[in-house]
Amino acid sequence: MKELVLIFISTVLINNFVLTYFLGICPFLGVSGRLSSAIGMGFSVIFVMTFASSIAWLIYHLILVKLNLVFLEYIVFILVIASLVQIVEMFVRKYSPSLYQALGIYLPLITTNCAILGCALFMVARNYNFLEAVVYGFSAGLGFTVVLLVMAGIREELNYCEVPKVFRGAPITLITAGLLALCFMGFSGLIRA
Amino acid sequence: MIGRIFKEGLWTNHPIFRQLLGMCPTLAVTTTVLNGISMGLAVIFVLFFSSLVVSLLRKVVPHQVRIAVYTIIIATFVTIVDIFLKANFPQISKALGPYVPLIIVNCIILGRCEAFASKNRLSLALLDALVMGGGFFWGLVTLASVREILGQGTILGYKILPPSFNPLIVMVLPPGAFLVLGTLVAIMNRLERIK
Repeated sequence: MKELVLIFISTVLINNFVLTYFLGICPFLGVSGRLSSAIGMGFSVIFVMTFASSIAWLIYHLILVKLNLVFLEYIVFILVIASLVQIVEMFVRKYSPSLYQALGIYLPLITTNCAILGCALFMVARNYNFLEAVVYGFSAGLGFTVVLLVMAGIREELNYCEVPKVFRGAPITLITAGLLALCFMGFSGLIRA
Repeated sequence: MIGRIFKEGLWTNHPIFRQLLGMCPTLAVTTTVLNGISMGLAVIFVLFFSSLVVSLLRKVVPHQVRIAVYTIIIATFVTIVDIFLKANFPQISKALGPYVPLIIVNCIILGRCEAFASKNRLSLALLDALVMGGGFFWGLVTLASVREILGQGTILGYKILPPSFNPLIVMVLPPGAFLVLGTLVAIMNRLERIK
């Protein structure tokens, strides 16, 4: 239990996927302009990441390792993620039209989110057991969502600021992300190694 | 056409500074110039061979499944690079870590396959891959140079700043990546406006 809590806290706050591993930067910069779209994207990522991490674990340990096909890991993972997103999309559309409406276009976009593939690769590299892999996937998604929401909030305020012309758009967003990363470094004292 | 490919890939449509694509390796591995060069070469290799295969198959692949097909082609070449680095350059492989497999989801490669290689003949597709790869390469090296000089006072491991210089550690840490890239994009915007 202690390990699970440790994985949760360190993944959400300390080794945040966006701010320390730079995973999922494209959606982070792309959809953090408005709070409402950030919420949709965040929840889709939590959803898919938890499933992707669990299913990638099952396939890696029960199929690839048993059949000595570990070199196929990347190709298999990317296929798993692409089909998983497709299945989740169909499932959500059938059973929860309102959720489908809310997630909208963000579901298919997730296939190309490097955070999902990164999560599966890290999970394998760290030799997590199944339960740890599930918690890891969930907390990685949650960490992504937290940072995305904070960023969206800041950017909505930023609209009312006088930003120098050359810094408008991407540069100021990147610098804001840099300052946010500095803030999150403050969490690194939370757990003593 | 050829002139336009060069101009777009290296400057006006630069993958990092203009399109903001491939951010994850750009920010993550540019702590030292050596890492930046290795990542740049790896991406050029994958981009070149993926464009080659995609361009050759452009009349065969059905439209509906093209993204899945491109992704598998890219993943195959990334696996080759990964195994090659592990066998011949174990130290570089270790330094780049998970960012080698993550080349698969680098949007530059899928973007060029989809936007260019799938619509143009082989020779143009290969040229575009090399030029776009070159653009990505110089972007990585520039970013890595700034970070290594300010963060460690060295370039490619050689000391170039006097010992009295106090390294800004934050430059080699994650926040430095965002700050330097943001500033470089602003400088690019400024240069654009002079013209």
